[in-house]
Amino acid sequence: MNVIETTGLGKRYGDAWALRDCTLALPAGHLTALVGPNGAGKTTLMNMTVGLAVPTAGTVRVLGGQPAGSAAALDGIAFVGQDAPLYRNLPVRDMLHLTRNLNRNFDQKYAQARLADLGIPLGKKAGKLSGGQQAQLALTVALARRPRLLILDEPLAMLDPLARQDFMTTVLTAMTDEGVSVLLSSHALAELERLADYLILLSAGRLQVADEVDDLLASHRVLTGPAAEADRYAAELHAVQVRRGEAQAHLLVRASGPADPVPPGWEAHSVSLEELVLAYLRAPGDTAVPSLALAQPIDATPIEATEVTR
Amino acid sequence: MTALTMPAQPRQDAAPRPLPWHRMAWVTWRQHRATLLSVPGLFAAIGVFLVIAGLRVHHDYAVLTACRPFSSAHCQTLNSNFDSTDWTMANTIDILLQLAPALIGAFAGAPILARELETGTYRYAWTQSYGRTRWAIAKLTFIAVIVAAAASLFSVLWTWFFQPFLKQEDLTVLSATVFDTRGLSFAAWTLAAFTIGALAGMLLRRIVPAMAITLGGYLGLTLLTWLFLRKHYLPALVTSNPGIVGGRLGPDSPWVVGTGHTGATPWWSYQPVSRFWPMQFIEGGWLLVLSVLLIAATVWLVRRRAT
Repeated sequence: MNVIETTGLGKRYGDAWALRDCTLALPAGHLTALVGPNGAGKTTLMNMTVGLAVPTAGTVRVLGGQPAGSAAALDGIAFVGQDAPLYRNLPVRDMLHLTRNLNRNFDQKYAQARLADLGIPLGKKAGKLSGGQQAQLALTVALARRPRLLILDEPLAMLDPLARQDFMTTVLTAMTDEGVSVLLSSHALAELERLADYLILLSAGRLQVADEVDDLLASHRVLTGPAAEADRYAAELHAVQVRRGEAQAHLLVRASGPADPVPPGWEAHSVSLEELVLAYLRAPGDTAVPSLALAQPIDATPIEATEVTR
Repeated sequence: MTALTMPAQPRQDAAPRPLPWHRMAWVTWRQHRATLLSVPGLFAAIGVFLVIAGLRVHHDYAVLTACRPFSSAHCQTLNSNFDSTDWTMANTIDILLQLAPALIGAFAGAPILARELETGTYRYAWTQSYGRTRWAIAKLTFIAVIVAAAASLFSVLWTWFFQPFLKQEDLTVLSATVFDTRGLSFAAWTLAAFTIGALAGMLLRRIVPAMAITLGGYLGLTLLTWLFLRKHYLPALVTSNPGIVGGRLGPDSPWVVGTGHTGATPWWSYQPVSRFWPMQFIEGGWLLVLSVLLIAATVWLVRRRAT
């Protein structure tokens, strides 16, 4: 089952497209990192997925074909917006009671046990909790709904490293115990590298990468060799990115496997997720969206290196 | 075996049953406790005062009307005391009551949605199972009914309190500020102001501007009604008999809405006092329709709002 499927999805605010021509199919069971610079369209994509925003173009379906925002979709998706929106004047206890009343499913025992573990007192007002506790409360309230898909918009942005780790532990536990799929947007690439097993990369309102992290890492590598030959091989191998030093150059290229031939005098290295993300962000013309083939037929022409950085 | 392990195809037509309305009653109560307590509470507090003061007013008035001969110094003193103390108080409260619906609209109506949008909590509220359309309908309707009911009860008490002043202070029940605060009018105006506030909050997405627009919108609507609408609810009667429209005003006097001359003969157009209830139903009716439309527009915006 695909937890999210979009076809030609677009959203325009005034004259500007916040997201355009986004077609992707996100399979269930992943911890998906949604990354991209500010204004790339991450929040727009999330808002349309949870039904808060209406698409200008295209469609978005969730949980195996339900229209976004429909009753079945609302039942199965829990969303935590940026900065963990909570009713600040309500005590934690009433935040739970409120959510219980507004939902078909609510696991009160789970919520209370988790808050007790975290040392968050039920009587304290949500607005008086620390930033980390507020994020944990919003997450607990969301998970107690027993969603099939959990969508978190920049949940780590306001947290210190310790709170981030606690937060992600909770998310991972829910994935293991309940089989929740998670879509999480973040700037914190380094942390996601260890955790995320699926990557969606947006840049300037366009989908650039959507694939399993392992596949992405296996299908890309860095070639290091003499700078003088860089241009030739960059063109020949359709390099996503070229970095030049005094004598050596590094080419990020797509590879079909480890057995791909290496040009004489060059060395191949594996690539880290962060390197890969940065390379695609710097080369907005490039895309690596193999899962597209599942959603709809795509143009089969090879990916071209349209931009080369110096 | 394959068939057994295949994930069940979710059926789109199997829409889950909507969650029951009463769940929103608790939610609305918990989130808007301050409004739901303070509006009836303020009316109740003024009401207690009106009962105490009203018993004295009615007593004073009974003594005054029983005073014979009326031209005696004693009676004249009673008369001027009634005008200076009782009427000053009643007149002041009457003027404040004209503002009450506007204040309810601004402080109770405008923040309901504006606060959700301003603080970002709509992202929580609108992504729960309950669904934002029913959430908005329930919330607005519950609060509107409570607020209108409180205003309605209050205006019954106010009508009793104000009765002695009609005759004494030359007012008819069709006078602008009297008509506004009795019958169906007061509750209807309160409801309308509340729904103006709710819509303004949804449109402007900010509490303070929404409050300002609510006050302005309510006052504009009131002036429009006073100056142009109310006198035309029913076709005015015309008379050339000064006996019908002249003389000292009292509770049963007609409301003169126009005057002129045909040749040398003067005429007056007027609304007879017997039309008080028909006109109340007309005013209450269109304000109720307006309120329902404003709530519908607000809910439609909640549904459609493009984030």
